[in-house]
Amino acid sequence: MTVFLQFLFSGLTVGSVYALIGMGFNIIYNATSIINLAQGEFVVIGGLLMWFFLESCNVPFFAAIGLSILSAGLIGLIMERLTIRPLRTNDLLVMTMVTIAVSIVMRGLLMFKFGKEPYSYAAFTEGDPLVIGGAVIQLQTFWVLGITAACILGLYAFFNLTMVGKAMRACSFDPTAASLVGIPVSRMIMFSFILSAVVGAVGGAAITPISLMEYDKGPMLAVKGFCAAIMGGLGRGRGAIVGGLTIGILESMTAGYLHSGLKDAVALVILLAILFFRPAGMFGNTTMQRLKGH
Amino acid sequence: MLDIRNITKVFGGLRALDDVSFSVPAQSVSALIGPNGAGKTTMMNIISGMFPPDEGSVSFNQDVISGLAPAAIARRGLSRTFQHLELFGEMTVLENVLVGRYIKSRSGFVASGLRLPSVRAEEKENRERSLDILASIGLAEKREERAANLPLGEQRILEIGRALATEPTLLLLDEPAAGLNIRETRDLGEMIVRLNADRGITILLVEHDMDLVMRISTAITVLNFGQKIASGKPSDIQRNPDVIAAYLGDEEPPC
Repeated sequence: MTVFLQFLFSGLTVGSVYALIGMGFNIIYNATSIINLAQGEFVVIGGLLMWFFLESCNVPFFAAIGLSILSAGLIGLIMERLTIRPLRTNDLLVMTMVTIAVSIVMRGLLMFKFGKEPYSYAAFTEGDPLVIGGAVIQLQTFWVLGITAACILGLYAFFNLTMVGKAMRACSFDPTAASLVGIPVSRMIMFSFILSAVVGAVGGAAITPISLMEYDKGPMLAVKGFCAAIMGGLGRGRGAIVGGLTIGILESMTAGYLHSGLKDAVALVILLAILFFRPAGMFGNTTMQRLKGH
Repeated sequence: MLDIRNITKVFGGLRALDDVSFSVPAQSVSALIGPNGAGKTTMMNIISGMFPPDEGSVSFNQDVISGLAPAAIARRGLSRTFQHLELFGEMTVLENVLVGRYIKSRSGFVASGLRLPSVRAEEKENRERSLDILASIGLAEKREERAANLPLGEQRILEIGRALATEPTLLLLDEPAAGLNIRETRDLGEMIVRLNADRGITILLVEHDMDLVMRISTAITVLNFGQKIASGKPSDIQRNPDVIAAYLGDEEPPC
């Protein structure tokens, strides 16, 4: 039981980050129908920037968080401005290829700046780990869970309560109608990249003290987050959360009870199974996908 | 108010619009009619900026607007509805109207994200205005329903409500009565007249329902195969031999 709890908590922790990545995929997918394969790099950037500001520039903790979020948002904006907007093509395959190119460039730049070694910094709060039912839980775990919950609530409030959020949703349902009521669709696309980069970076900054961060972690994180998004039905916010947590927990159980080498296979097996049996996701419904024309 | 000058639009080999000119006077209820394929919807799409004309220009309040993006045209006070409904089906009735207030709100992305006090005040105002609009079009009771769940007639009215939220001075209605029954069509006609009289909104209507067009419009332009064949008051149009020929065919020998 103790061991089970231990695996459960570590699964929930990584699962939260997968959920955040999955939501990042959804935000951009909803606004543009593009699968942004540089999503994992946003997470790496979050962790490494946080290290840079904390350890290299000795900026106080809250300022470091603020600066990391700001820089990540800026990187999202630059990515959209330099690659997505100038292309102005409706060819989603081309756009998706471009995001792969961006991810390769980002990885190169990250390696150039940070080298190949893994980075870490102190947990957000000092203190002894908590013992729950015999399982030892680091305090940072609660930070990760709390920050994920805050991101989920924040995104929900943003999309449902604010005018800009509603306008972004409107664009995802019907860009034509949105532009005809005066919503600048291209600006909404830019916002979606900023938001997505910030959500990813926040996840990266929170997880780094637990699982370390290195320049080339992005693709694997992107795969896991993509599985989370697919599992929940691409474009559905709540789906990505359930998907992310499920994958995190299954991964952690597989690594614990079976073999740690099988860990990364779990997400891929799930991805394949879902694509074979329920291509619209566990909660998705196929007619809606058809109506959306994807 | 709206001046269409020498508009030509060619799709492949088809001249969808061929040197069409007409204007919509301020405060009027104008109608654009014609048989299927006459180019009415193409004209609406050009006016609202969905695609540019090949030749000619569209001016709105003396400014040329052809070539501008749809969102830019909407910001100048020209709003439209669609022949095929384009509601945000997964959003509620109220949200659909609220989204139409986007161009009237000033809060940006960051301010909205942080929910600054100015943003809250503005959101409250947007909400109240939207509720007013819903009340005036008779959908206040259904504000929390998903738009896709409304019957067709109410969806059309909601589309007009969303267009009203942008506070247009000119409203383009693309076949608002399509698919509506007689009673719904009558209510719609009354609503259009009311919008024109009470809010001073100029209306340009594309419509197949001749009863409705003849009853509510003050000026009519008739298109046939992309060309303008007549324009004038409803009573003149009804007697115009070219129009009768276009609608009934000109097979019968001239009397």
